[in-house]
Amino acid sequence: MKSGLYGFLFGMWGLIIIGGGIMVVLLGPFSIQQFGDFHWIISSGIKVTISLILVVIWILILSKLKNYIFKKELKF
Amino acid sequence: MIELIIPAIISCILAFFVVYFTTPPLIKILVKKNYTVKDMNKKENVMVARPGGISIILGIVVSELVLYGFFQLNEILAIIITTTAAFVIGYVDDRKVMGGWFKPVTLAIAALPIIFLGAYSSDLAFPLFGDVQIPLLYLGLIIFMIPITGNTINSIDVLNGVASGFMVIASFTLSICLFILQNYEIAIVSLPLGFVSLAFYKYHKIPSKIFPGDSGALTFGAMYGVIAIIGGVEIIAAIALLPAVINSFLFLSSVKRVVEHRQIKGKPVEFTSDFKLKATNDKTAPVTLVRLILAGGPLTEKQVGFAIFKLAIFSGILAIITAFMMGVSL
Repeated sequence: MKSGLYGFLFGMWGLIIIGGGIMVVLLGPFSIQQFGDFHWIISSGIKVTISLILVVIWILILSKLKNYIFKKELKF
Repeated sequence: MIELIIPAIISCILAFFVVYFTTPPLIKILVKKNYTVKDMNKKENVMVARPGGISIILGIVVSELVLYGFFQLNEILAIIITTTAAFVIGYVDDRKVMGGWFKPVTLAIAALPIIFLGAYSSDLAFPLFGDVQIPLLYLGLIIFMIPITGNTINSIDVLNGVASGFMVIASFTLSICLFILQNYEIAIVSLPLGFVSLAFYKYHKIPSKIFPGDSGALTFGAMYGVIAIIGGVEIIAAIALLPAVINSFLFLSSVKRVVEHRQIKGKPVEFTSDFKLKATNDKTAPVTLVRLILAGGPLTEKQVGFAIFKLAIFSGILAIITAFMMGVSL
């Protein structure tokens, strides 16, 4: 059981590193210039949307990982 | 360098000894006023003083005010104001049972001084890949971060000594990471949290003489969150906090809604005849970190606490590795 928890911790850590990388690659170079003074608001809005989608995907993967690692224990 | 070492030593000594010396009289006052709660994990009818948040906030405010005298940083003011607000929110919840919305909403408001004082940078730093600039998103992150860290620490405050012991490990890990990243001033500003937690652990460890209560747990969590923001170490802070994050994640993914623990009917843990903790088979009970630890068989309260501390040390090591990875770019 305890090794499963350590594995889950390690999996979460890996997902954070990979998720961070995707975020930097996707959001880092992202910018919109054609909307005058409002470009930073629109750009930020799109970044927020992409980030939220990434977080939802991250939670779904984490949920699958949890079910896989704790498939025996979660039959409470 | 000497101008940093002296304030660091003075503030750490103050943080530790203010809590160390004020907690025993606080316990006496709380017991005298009948501010006690039953320790649910004891065979006998043991009543424990609560809340210990009063001595915790005293230690934090005194040590941070001394540091402010040396450094005059807005970041220190942000710590003092937001952490004190979190303490007040927790204290209200200790005295009067508030609705489920109360803590998240008020803690989000408590985070506003960080924005108003400009004590943050809107760059989010990731290991190996570098920074990403998210000005608007980062404001949202600040508003969400304090309720999340506050409630995460509060949710792990389930057994004697666990919340304070966990904070000792997580906060010293965060300080080490800040030193690794050469953010020396914020590293020094973060040290009192570890020393306050350590002093409080002396009275909170099994068998507890005092419980931190919501006021103590939210104070710990809010200060941890503020340090993460002002130090620009949000990702590292989240990694050091992973066992508590897992606890919240397991809870939420099993009950599938935001709900106060006291509203849950099913019991995740019960006692054996020799008063060890044991996971139940109750399908309506939430899955928690303690329940998963106990899935391998019954353990004493002390053994479960140490299992959580080992997980905290493991995630602390991962956080320190991450701090070293911050200096590496792919």
